[in-house]
Amino acid sequence: MSWLVIAPILLPLAASAVAFVLHRRPALQRGWALATTAATLAASLALLAEVSRGGIVATTLGGWPAPFGITFVADHLSAILVVVGAVMALATAAYALADVDAGREGLGYHPLFLVLVAGVHGAFLTGDLFNLYVWFEVLLIASFALLTLGSGRAQLEGGVKYVAVNLVSSLFFLAAIGLTYGLTGTLNMADLAGALRDAPPNLVTLLAMLFLVAFGIKAAIFPLFFWLPASYHTPPTAVAAYFAGMLTKVGVYALLRAFTLLFTGDVAWTHGVLAVLAGFTMVVGVLGAAAQNEMRRILAFHIVSQIGYMILGLALYTPLALAGALFYLVHNVVAKANLFFVAGLVRRVAGSSDLDAVGGLYRHRPWLAIGFLVPAFALAGFPPLSGFWAKLLVVLAGLEAGAWLLVVLALGTGLLTLYSMTKIWQRAFWAPAPEGLELRRDAPAAMVVPVAALAGVTILMGVAVEPFLALAQAAAAEMMDPARYVAAVLGEGGTP
Amino acid sequence: MNSVILRTATRLLIGLLLLFSVFLLLRGHDLPGGGFIGGLVAASAIALYAIAEGFERAFALLRVRPRTLIGVGLSAAVTAGLLAAVAGDVFLTGLWWVREFEAFTLKLSTPLLFDVGVYLVVVGVVLTMLFSLEEH
Repeated sequence: MSWLVIAPILLPLAASAVAFVLHRRPALQRGWALATTAATLAASLALLAEVSRGGIVATTLGGWPAPFGITFVADHLSAILVVVGAVMALATAAYALADVDAGREGLGYHPLFLVLVAGVHGAFLTGDLFNLYVWFEVLLIASFALLTLGSGRAQLEGGVKYVAVNLVSSLFFLAAIGLTYGLTGTLNMADLAGALRDAPPNLVTLLAMLFLVAFGIKAAIFPLFFWLPASYHTPPTAVAAYFAGMLTKVGVYALLRAFTLLFTGDVAWTHGVLAVLAGFTMVVGVLGAAAQNEMRRILAFHIVSQIGYMILGLALYTPLALAGALFYLVHNVVAKANLFFVAGLVRRVAGSSDLDAVGGLYRHRPWLAIGFLVPAFALAGFPPLSGFWAKLLVVLAGLEAGAWLLVVLALGTGLLTLYSMTKIWQRAFWAPAPEGLELRRDAPAAMVVPVAALAGVTILMGVAVEPFLALAQAAAAEMMDPARYVAAVLGEGGTP
Repeated sequence: MNSVILRTATRLLIGLLLLFSVFLLLRGHDLPGGGFIGGLVAASAIALYAIAEGFERAFALLRVRPRTLIGVGLSAAVTAGLLAAVAGDVFLTGLWWVREFEAFTLKLSTPLLFDVGVYLVVVGVVLTMLFSLEEH
């Protein structure tokens, strides 16, 4: 049982060690990465099944009891996100078979990617604030290496912005951790939930704002998002897709955790700030996208805008809103990463993903067009795809809470998202091909299969929504009742 | 760099530095030291050799590629954690084998194996950086 909680971290971590040793055998590395991510997915599904069956699972490393040892906790929120992370890792590993060139493989693409996966899963599963910082650093270092691997000029430029901003975020995070420890004497999140309640409320709110800045940068919320569109369009598609899907979501996860477990003392203020930020994030992101002309840049701005919906769900802070935020998160990871995959395929087939340089893809590559249509319409919120339910939940929660302005903003953003998606659709797929555009040979299966599989997930989440919704609601119920989390970590005697 | 003084000094120093790095590694469980700082000292010893004698000879001295060291080190550290499964404990639980001899007590443990792994990773990472800077 205790091993099951850490298996989604341990498998990729151990496998990356082996992959480092195999660094002169790229073919073997590729297969190894694929097998590892598949095993990680299996372990994650087993963990989710265990959590659904028996409730929150917790373990401490090295046998040191909580709150002194490092705790790892899997509740519904963590387990769901780990499953999503493992799905994305598997899809990326498959896509990378055809997308990552030999040069990057020689520089250690595969072991670095496995470290990144371990870092993401570690951040989802840890129950200790300082350990969360460590996992953030693990994934930051791995992602920085992946972003700049191959050292193209644009890549380095994007990479420097990325790392500089993320280091600032780490600095805020570390400072906040230090202050938290000084104030309460503990960093175990379950223990903190109780300790922060007894601390002076104004200091706790100050800490909350520090964490908001630290996690807000990671999650790319307004006004701390500018680094994301500047860096995400530069690396190879496989890397960019995983980044686009997962990395900002680690920040969103940290916000979800912090503002449901730790900082719930002054909801009117903290979540009020979140609501304002959510509104700005949605609108600014979608307006930024409307001004762009390159597929991956448009998509990068849309990541920002979509984060706004998740933060909105968190800000409303009702069971329905949190379920909506989580559902939105899962839907968004799948759809967004898939769009990046499609953009990569367009580049592969047409030689560019600049909307001025491509066209006529619907006529010549109809399957590719459908592969784009599914995630794009899901993102815009068309029924019966996953995005429709995600938006519906958040909007319903907004109406329930009487947040009319935010509901209007959310719906308006949806409309503008549709505008961006139809812009790509119309210009890359419908418009006649520009003079001299030669479409290359058909795309390799390794790139097509992940696109088809993720589109399948998007459709499944839309058509058979009930089981997914039930999971999201279970997670939301746990988030609204932190005492369950605390009891699972500290035992029934723990003071929630 | 072609300097007789540096080469002679390096020949004297490198053994001492490597020995000192192992000393730091073994001392680290209870006292200041450990795999990280030990690894840094070992890497600086090899870096010194590379500066004095050239990178080809340093490479030959090392025998393995630095990146292999990272892999082996990471594997050792993970294995140290996994060994706890054999004893039926949770990940990273420390296991100890203590043997009394007449002159000394031999203490082997999974934390030591973990530290050896850290040592190798640090040596590997620092030398990977150093050698790739030399390539450019």
